[in-house]
Amino acid sequence: MHELPVTQGILSVAIEAAEQAGGRRIVAIDLVIGTLSSIVDDSVQFYFDILSRGTLADGAVLRFRREPAILVCWDCDYRTQVVAPLPALCSACGSTRLILRDGQEFFVEAIEIEEPPPEESNNESSSRQGNSGEQ
Amino acid sequence: MKVQVVKAILASNDEVAQENRAAFDANGILALNVMASPGAGKTSLILATSQRLPAHLRPAVIEGDLASSIDADTLAAHHIPVVQINTGGNCHLDAPMIRSAMPHLPLADIELLMVENVGNLVCPANFALGTHLSIVVASVPEGHDKPYKYPGMFSAVDAVVLNKADLKEVFEFDLDFFRRGIEMLKPSMPLFEVSCRTGAGLDAWVHWLATQYQPVAPAAASVAQ
Ligand SMILES: Nc1nc2c(ncn2[C@@H]2O[C@H](COP(=O)(O)OP(=O)(O)O)[C@@H](O)[C@H]2O)c(=O)[nH]1
Ligand SMILES: [Mg+2]
Ligand SMILES: [Zn+2]
Repeated sequence: MHELPVTQGILSVAIEAAEQAGGRRIVAIDLVIGTLSSIVDDSVQFYFDILSRGTLADGAVLRFRREPAILVCWDCDYRTQVVAPLPALCSACGSTRLILRDGQEFFVEAIEIEEPPPEESNNESSSRQGNSGEQ
Repeated sequence: MKVQVVKAILASNDEVAQENRAAFDANGILALNVMASPGAGKTSLILATSQRLPAHLRPAVIEGDLASSIDADTLAAHHIPVVQINTGGNCHLDAPMIRSAMPHLPLADIELLMVENVGNLVCPANFALGTHLSIVVASVPEGHDKPYKYPGMFSAVDAVVLNKADLKEVFEFDLDFFRRGIEMLKPSMPLFEVSCRTGAGLDAWVHWLATQYQPVAPAAASVAQ
């Protein structure tokens, strides 16, 4: 498995988004992962806790949304959620003419960052640390 | 406060893959990512393909499978440049590994780059390399249920090569069952039944591969290097 590059990927996408949004701390990261994508939830959080130390994402919680894979029958239009190994027959009509939809998603959907402190929101244009954004 | 992102988890790999693609295009190279489980016949297919290419497609190989039995002498005898990547035990190749291998290839003198990925039917499918095409080599002894078990891999490729067709009877391989498992993922998927042992079916595969090659435009060619 490849939890390490996946975790690094989550971290860098989240930090880049947080920097663009003003450089505040990341509280949570929403991930969309298809059920056919290869990834282990617990171990990714484990790696994440180590890799994120000292970054904007230190202490952030990973929230996984699992997108199911759907098997659709060409003949009777029956739709059912499936995991690998995929069934070879439609469970409603026995047809072998099937098509798989979704289940391969693998992206960062959103991050949750700390609310801006009240005094900061009055003067949005004042310079802020962590907002240099360039590299 | 929620901030929408919607960005691929492996976006940084994807960016390098795009750079690799641009470098292939600038040099008029068609690049092929060859994936399979260990022993399916990646190396055998790469060699057999190299020996059947039309003259205008000069091959090179990036070898990413540590368990490879690739024979440097055989390749040298066919004047095929090869670069070995040390994956350090990784379960897949990634785009930066390809980028570091490229300076060791005679980019101006080749038209087809074949990349032998690490033998694994799960992880390599997630990591774009920048190649124009990717294929999975399945082999008869692995069984006809492989597409059902590894839909992530079989839906990520542009064509499937079924190798070791000479063993179909011995293994009672159900080709229709295998084909249906692929068609449920991608109805139009090209499927080539070959035997690197007997040579059967290889011409059809090589013909298809050759038709994927787009000769480089002169303007693009001058961008090389
Ligand atoms: N019977 C048979 N054996 C094959 C065929 N192609 C490859 N092999 C054998 O399968 C083994 C693994 O092949 P190789 O190309 O090294 O697989 P790789 O690990 O995917 O690169 C070798 O012993 C080959 O000789 C084939 O078409 N038929
Ligand atoms: Mg090999
Ligand atoms: Zn049905």
